[in-house]
Parts: sequence; C-alpha cells; structure tokens
Amino acid sequence: MILFENTGVRYDDGPPILRNISFTLTPGSFHFLVGPSGAGKSSLLRLMYLALRPVEGRVSLFGRDVSTIRRRDIPALRRRIGVVFQDFRLLDHLSAIDNVALPLRVAGVREAEIKRHVPELLKWVGLGDHLNALPATLSGGQQQRVAIARAVISRPSLLLADEPTGNVDDAIAVRLMYLFEELNKLGTTVVIATHNDGLVSRFDHRQLRLEDGVLRIVEPGPRDAA
Amino acid sequence: MSFLRSDLPLNQDASGRFLPWIIGFMVYFAALALAATMALDEALSRWQAGLTGTLTVQITPAPAEDLAVRVDQVVGLLKGTPAVAGIELLNDDDVAHLLEPWLGPSEALAGLPLPALIAVNLRPGATVDLAALQQRLAEAAPGTTVDDHGRWLSDLVTLARSVKLLGAIILSLVGAAAVITVIFVTRTGLSIHRRVIELVHLIGARDAYIARQFETHALRLGLAGGLLGVALAALTLLALGQIVGGIESPLLPPLSLRPWQWLVLGLLPVAAAAIAMLTARLTVLRSLNRVM
Repeated sequence: MILFENTGVRYDDGPPILRNISFTLTPGSFHFLVGPSGAGKSSLLRLMYLALRPVEGRVSLFGRDVSTIRRRDIPALRRRIGVVFQDFRLLDHLSAIDNVALPLRVAGVREAEIKRHVPELLKWVGLGDHLNALPATLSGGQQQRVAIARAVISRPSLLLADEPTGNVDDAIAVRLMYLFEELNKLGTTVVIATHNDGLVSRFDHRQLRLEDGVLRIVEPGPRDAA
Repeated sequence: MSFLRSDLPLNQDASGRFLPWIIGFMVYFAALALAATMALDEALSRWQAGLTGTLTVQITPAPAEDLAVRVDQVVGLLKGTPAVAGIELLNDDDVAHLLEPWLGPSEALAGLPLPALIAVNLRPGATVDLAALQQRLAEAAPGTTVDDHGRWLSDLVTLARSVKLLGAIILSLVGAAAVITVIFVTRTGLSIHRRVIELVHLIGARDAYIARQFETHALRLGLAGGLLGVALAALTLLALGQIVGGIESPLLPPLSLRPWQWLVLGLLPVAAAAIAMLTARLTVLRSLNRVM
C-alpha cells in the first residue's frame, strides 16, 4: 500500500535530508518512526501525507505514484490519510467540534452525520465538556486530543502522527495509543513518530529508525534485535 | 458547506474591512455615470423625436417690405407643398419667449424688429428637397430661410455620444479598479491564511472548496459595498433632480429617472458583488494551482 523505493529528499540546493529510503507498509500494519531530532522524521511524514514530492526514487501511496500523480487527484488521496501534526495545527477561530468536523466537511459529509459522530469522538478522547471551546482556551494536552480526533474522524486508511503523545500525561498517552491500536485493528495503517522510548517499548510494533537521513527497519521483538 | 460558515477567518482580515467602502465609492461613481448617460440618452431621444419631421421657416423683417405680406406668400407656398402636413405661425409673444434666454424679458423686445417664424410639420415618411424649397420660398419672399435643425441636432448627437462614451469609459475604469482591488485583497487573504489553507489542503480540500470561501466572502463584501454606493448615488440623484427641477431651462435635460432606469441602477450592487465573487474565485484558483 505504501512503497518507498530508493527515495531521497532535499530542500532546494541543500544537503540531502533523506537518502536511499526503501520500505513497504502493508495495509493494517503499525509502525513507530523513531530517531533523533533532525534525522528526517518530519520529512518522511511529509512525503507520506503528500506535502512533499521526492527528488529521487519513488513513493507510491495506495497504488499511485506520488511523483507522477495529477494535481487534481491529490485531494482524494489525502482524504484517505489522517495526520496528527506535532504543533497540532488547529484552526484558532473554530471550536473543538468544528476543528474535528473539518475533514468531514471538506469531504462533503452531511451535517446530520457530522453532528452525530464528532461529539461522540470528542467525548471518547475526554473532551465531551469542551465541544464548543476554542483551541486557545484548551490546554496543550486537550489541543493534542482535538488534533488526534480530527485525524481519525474520517477513519483514514493511513494515520500519521508526529509526536502525538508529547503533551499528555502517561495515562492519556496510553489511552491514545489504545485508540490508535483500535483504529489499526479496523484496518488503518498507523505510523507514529515519537521520541517516547517508553511508549515504543510498551507497545511492541515494527520500528522505522531514521538516523542521518538513512532508514533502518527494526522488527518487533527483543530490544537487542535493533 | 453552509453558506454562512467559513473555515478560514476571512472576516478578521483588516484588508477586507475597507473593501466594502472602496466598492461602495466605485459603485457610487458608476451609478452617477450610468444615470447621467441614461438621462442624456433619454433627452437625446426626446430631442430627436421632437425635431424629426419638422422644419422651421424664418422670414427676416425688411424695412421696405411688409412682413405680413411676405408671410402670407410663404404660408401659401408651404400649404401647396405636398410633403407638408401642417404649419403653425408663431405669434410675437412666442418668438419673444424663444429669445428671452438670450435677450431678456419680453418687454425689452417690444421695439425690436423680430423675424416671423413658422413651424412646419411634415407628413410621416415624407422627404423634402430642402434646397429647392429654400429657393422657392426665397424667391417668393426674399430673406426667407429654412432650417431642418440638422446641424444643431448633429452637434448635439456628437456631444451626447461623447458624453456616453465618457460614461462607458468611467464605468470600465471603475470596474477595472474594482477587479484590481479584489485581486489585491484576495491575494493578501491568501498570504495571511497561507498556513490555514495549507492545512485545509492537507486534509483533502479541493481548490474549489477553498475558493468558495473566498468568493462567498467577496460576494458579501461586494454586495454590502454596492448597496452602500447605490444608496448614496440615489440620494445624490434625487437631490440633483430637485436642483435641476428648480431651474427653468429648456436646455437642461430633466434628471428624473424612469422606474426601469432605477432598476438598472439597483442592479449595480448585484453586478459589483458578482464581479467581486468571480474575481476572488479566479484569483484563488490561479494562486492555488501553483502549490502541491
């Protein structure tokens, strides 16, 4: 479903950020994307959520080659991808409920359905009392949960999360991980970029380990396998 | 998407706040130009209708000849001309009244030798050899001239066409200025909300979805500005109509508009809103086409 073949990325004339990246994500798989800051995790995620095109090699999403895809076909592909951004990127002028409803509205889902599903999901992530709150009135952790709810509301085929548990306490982090696993069980492919080693060790999933722009795949199992 | 809801906070843009005022002023000037053009067009039609199929025969007084005799001779000849449907001999008071704007009150003209004027109505569709008629009348009564008002009307038509052209140029310039302003405001909005637009794009919005928000915003601002402008223009026209109505001059066209002309002016805000909407849409689509 997601295929990287000898993919490379660089910004303008700068040094390569990613080099010779090759891997495959099968449908319904769960991966952690780990590595030190500046290793290229965000660039790899940007390639996957179609904010960036590779300068070398090939990226294929859902059977479509990102390098050659027509511009008008990109929105339909993006609707199959949910993204939790590291800085949340909530719309400040919209309430929590409208932020979460955004992907549905963009996709043309009927308001009746939106009104039924969005509050339900917000209650599930513990924000049932903050449906109409503006992001500025929410704590960092609450904003993060709104961002996660927005990413998963349309039940994406691929969920990409950049440090989704960075601003929440351990209990909430574990709860959110369970949400991701639930989605994963329903068939969503999940990629979570994180620095949280504790979380990575607690949830035993395949790791995409990036160092200096080069990817190494670490299969789940004993730590010394890495 | 609800018509009123916007995912982009366009209402908060400072650049958008002055757009209704700018469009308002533009619509104001456009409405005045349009009203002037329509009023002039109406006056021209009236003048043309009033003068087509008519002639004015003038018999200048001569010291040694009896004016009344010469007038009778001319009237006789005119009545015998097949193309003539009817004639009206203007009396001294009528002539004095016509000269009043140039020579003052009727009493001042009492001692002056005034020409005799005959208004001639031609049969509908009839053609007259003006030179031949002029010659026949002048032979019967020397000093008689025939005026079909052609030169006066031709000058007036030229003037009216020039003013209409000027009105069209003003309307075009106002429209172009409105388009440029909306492009500027829209581009500013795109720049201000670049990150929000990028996000909405990333979650799967098509360009048309984003463009719709800008066009709805521009439509609202354009309509508000247009209504403001046309309301001010209506007040101005009503006031001007009062002033012109108070001046008793046959040369000034009346500034009162017919109902259909008010309707045309009433469509200006709709046109302004439509132009703003279309411009915003095309600007957004063109700009977004450059990003992934």
